Amino acid sequence: MSIFQCFIMAFKSLSTSKIRSFLTMLGIIIGVAAVIIIMALGNGMTVFMNDSFASMGTTNISVNISGRGSSRTVTVDDMYELYDENKDYFTHMTPTVTTMAQVRGQDGEYYVPSITGANEDYLAIKDYDLESGSNICYIDILHNKKVCVVGAFYNHTVYSGNAVGQYLKINGDRYLIIGAVEEQDDKTDETGQDNFIIVPYSTASRNLSRSSNINTYTFVAKSEDMIDRCIDIIDNRLYETFRSDDYYSVSSLTIIVDTMNEMMDTLTLVLAAIAGISLVVGGIGIMNIMLVSVTERTREIGVRKALGAKGRHIRMQFVIEAATTSAVGGILGIGLGIGVSTLISKTLLATLDMVAIPTTASILVSFGISVAIGIFFGYLPANKAAKLNPIEALRHD
Amino acid sequence: MITLNDIYKIYVNGDTTTYASNGINLHIDKGEFVAIVGQSGCGKSTLMNIIGCLDVPTEGTYLLNGIDVSTMEDDELAEIRNKMLGFIFQQYNLIPKLTVIENVELPLLYAGVDSDERHEIAKKALERVGLTGKEKNYPSQLSGGQQQRVSIARALAGNPSVILADEPTGALDSRTGREVLEFLQQLNAEGNTIVLITHDNTIAKAAKRIVRLHDGSVVYDGPSDKDGAVVQAHVSFDDDPLLKNKKGGKEK
Repeated sequence: MSIFQCFIMAFKSLSTSKIRSFLTMLGIIIGVAAVIIIMALGNGMTVFMNDSFASMGTTNISVNISGRGSSRTVTVDDMYELYDENKDYFTHMTPTVTTMAQVRGQDGEYYVPSITGANEDYLAIKDYDLESGSNICYIDILHNKKVCVVGAFYNHTVYSGNAVGQYLKINGDRYLIIGAVEEQDDKTDETGQDNFIIVPYSTASRNLSRSSNINTYTFVAKSEDMIDRCIDIIDNRLYETFRSDDYYSVSSLTIIVDTMNEMMDTLTLVLAAIAGISLVVGGIGIMNIMLVSVTERTREIGVRKALGAKGRHIRMQFVIEAATTSAVGGILGIGLGIGVSTLISKTLLATLDMVAIPTTASILVSFGISVAIGIFFGYLPANKAAKLNPIEALRHD
Repeated sequence: MITLNDIYKIYVNGDTTTYASNGINLHIDKGEFVAIVGQSGCGKSTLMNIIGCLDVPTEGTYLLNGIDVSTMEDDELAEIRNKMLGFIFQQYNLIPKLTVIENVELPLLYAGVDSDERHEIAKKALERVGLTGKEKNYPSQLSGGQQQRVSIARALAGNPSVILADEPTGALDSRTGREVLEFLQQLNAEGNTIVLITHDNTIAKAAKRIVRLHDGSVVYDGPSDKDGAVVQAHVSFDDDPLLKNKKGGKEK
């Protein structure tokens, strides 16, 4: 007797009691759907996060030096040297001095922007385009010039579009506005992303920062693949000076993203495993119904045995019936899972620009598990059926 | 064909020991039509189960087509049943959710016959019992007599050496019952070996030879047209050491 024949028999037997079969499958359907939806959401979330991080620059490497006394230190020149020696790996580099200061515009009002001291690479690193004016240049840095490039908030709101050439006061000192950056978001007030001022790092470190040392740098790797190599280059250079990695840190968004992805994956797996518990519950449901079915069909089993069915024939018949139940449940569950994932993407997540993507792996795995559960939980009833005594089974009403 | 040598089937239930078969010797040749008769509790079901390879004797040997089946394992017995025996039951025992032809195909399915051949054989078997055209019906759509004919077709499908009919007319009215018996006689005339198990003397008379059982022993074995065949035999318990100690053995 072929397995194919068993499947036909199993389908027949399932289709004769549709409601019962459906209810039996329900546990598996819900379990499989839950696993697929959770995996889809997790996957969608990971993709969403990666996209958001990618727009923030996954090739950026930030270097932070906490320093070890005054004897061992790394100067801006050292970092420039490092950068120049490794032009194959890096595309940009800037020292950065971030600070907060009170700014008074031409209108006499006070503002609190984020002030960054940097070099001419900064605009490229941040992917800022100038709307008017020019970038900070080498001479500005060399002479600690009090010049600045302003965000669109100042250009549009404070200086009504002609900020370049005018002055603003930072901590009471007059700075010449030499450039204005294009708008970054729609907000026209101070809360938006356009409320920033860029000054030469030398000026910032001398006039605006509490410490005159420059401790942070941003490097940009040529590509994401080179990130690890780039981090090593910087790390090696800094280790040479400090002889310990306690005094500096080199980090990149890629590392953070990797860590977050790992965490997301773990979280998704844990949730999926919890959803998977309902698969086991579904399996027990199948076992229960199969036991009832074996009792109900005792006479049929007796007849089959009288006609020459061996133990394994009966066992195979019932195992395949259980497996078919769970497999059909699994397929319906996959359909439900994909359907609900799509629905969620189109409704709840539509505003977030995020999609729940059912993964092939989750579909295959949950289907496989549901079939395995059918076989596993079907085996006990099947074995019970296989071991029935034909004489007693024939006498059964 | 069938040779039973000194068959005992002993059931032990707590303190009571029951001799369901008590030293039965029986030989049935190819082409015979034998009725095994006796009142309920006489051991005919036990004997049928043993002849039908559904059970093995506690003691004694049973040769079916020269093969000793009395010590076989369950799966080996299943194969013997499949290849050498055809069953006809009182309750027809058709599987309700299979169509008529699928029911007839069942023994062939377990014999591993491929689908086309199976279909062909089953069709012919149904033709023999006069049910052509009912192949796609379900058993519940047929009358009792028709269902019994399906079960006869099923018994014939495997081309067995022996057809075992256990009270084949028990669930039928007398007219259809007679038809079934006539059909069995016809099958016998065609060369099939038939063993009929019944409690009813008039039905047993359809067979050529009658074996009468009483308390697990053969009390008459001879042609069905002899007077002794239908008369309840007298058994002397005192002559039999095994029956002597047995409870409940009433003398008639």
